[in-house]
Amino acid sequence: MTTSLPIPAHPRLGTRLAYRLQRVLRPRPGLSWLSARVEASGLARPLFTGVERQAKETLFGCRMCGQCALPVTGYVCPMGCPKELRNGPCGGVGADGGCEVYPDRRCVWVEAYERAASQGRAADLRLLHRPVDHRRWGESSWLNYWQGRDEGLWTAVAGDAGGEGPARHRYGLQGGS
Amino acid sequence: MSLRERLAAGGFAVTAEISPPRGASTGPITEAAALLRDWVDAVNVTDNQGSNVRLASWAGSLATLAAGLEPVMQMTCRDRNRIALQSDLLGASALGIRNVLVMTGDHPKFGDHPEAKPVFDLDSVQLLWTLRHMRDQGALLSGRPLNPPPDCFLGAVENPFAPPASFRAERLGKKVDAGAQFVQTQYVFDVAVFARWMAQVRDLGLHERCSILAGVGAVRSRRGLDFIRDKVPGVEVPDDVYRRLRAVPADQTAAEGARLAAQTISELSAIEGVAGVHLLMAGNEQAVAGILDEAGLVRHGR
Repeated sequence: MTTSLPIPAHPRLGTRLAYRLQRVLRPRPGLSWLSARVEASGLARPLFTGVERQAKETLFGCRMCGQCALPVTGYVCPMGCPKELRNGPCGGVGADGGCEVYPDRRCVWVEAYERAASQGRAADLRLLHRPVDHRRWGESSWLNYWQGRDEGLWTAVAGDAGGEGPARHRYGLQGGS
Repeated sequence: MSLRERLAAGGFAVTAEISPPRGASTGPITEAAALLRDWVDAVNVTDNQGSNVRLASWAGSLATLAAGLEPVMQMTCRDRNRIALQSDLLGASALGIRNVLVMTGDHPKFGDHPEAKPVFDLDSVQLLWTLRHMRDQGALLSGRPLNPPPDCFLGAVENPFAPPASFRAERLGKKVDAGAQFVQTQYVFDVAVFARWMAQVRDLGLHERCSILAGVGAVRSRRGLDFIRDKVPGVEVPDDVYRRLRAVPADQTAAEGARLAAQTISELSAIEGVAGVHLLMAGNEQAVAGILDEAGLVRHGR
């Protein structure tokens, strides 16, 4: 479960480098095969998850929600928002871009917007993020990503007619109507 | 005519706000409702505003309904998880509460129980999406069917003045995509900044999919002015407005605040795409009639 309080973290990984890594780490047959092997191993899985935790905690202040939003938030972790908002900033952001709850820190969404916009990715912030699955805290989101289980964490369409529902990523449960 | 009908008919809507009391009585709500009834289309009933414990929003909404005024039940994401939120919508709908205003909510840190667990299981966009799904698809987040589904008119809030400025209209767009049918904004003290935001809203065509109600506050006292400027998260009071309200003798602050509110309402009603105003009176309900009169708004008469 949640191991630390949400607190806005300034990413230590530069924006351009982050997006470059994104291209390298995109799911592909090799990675999905490898991740399946890691996942199946009682030793490799916790080791791998530990490495991911260390790396992402250092770089992004990651709290291991297990369902990573970083690729579409300018590589600023939304789970560092004290309200854990996944769809953009609240109305309490200070005029200087400071967090309402920790005024000496920058709002993660202000930073996310600036970083995404600087790489022509501002449209990412229009995506609608589905509710977090709280059973997945502590899991490796990289394994989830390469295994294709992260598909549907967000969507571009939630139209009125035929739009996508808010809960399509309910693992272990039958999908909605 | 209900709020939903008035907005659908293209009328200029007026809403206000009632804060439930800290106590087990709906008396103060009934009194405030009586003052507002003939002047506004509906009234928000706040949900533990500022993270301070008050009588529940659904109970206050019921009392408002009983007093002959249409409630807008506020629902924050701060105190309840997705199970409780969905359950509350069913209860509200079953008891005749139609308008629901969804917001993230202030952090508990600012209220009278700063040690409380902040819930924020859903965010405001996800909650809007969930409630719309319940109404339109007749199903819970779990997929289980609802019989019958709730009937609701869904509202959201937006702060046109908070950074990142260029994302604020887009953020409203997300809420509209998720299900918002009307939106009430944060206090507008700076009409020029608001007008710039409205231009972006029109560019995105949002004013055609969602009714925009601009927030207007009537400052009542110097203390109230300082509170709004310094203590309410996300509110900007421009220097010229601050100076104007400080320039009059302290016993004239309320009158000047009312004049400013009336003037702001006239200016806002001239902006294309503004469907109404939301009055934030901070307990000064008696002043509503005078302000609407001075703003030149036709008295509604319900």
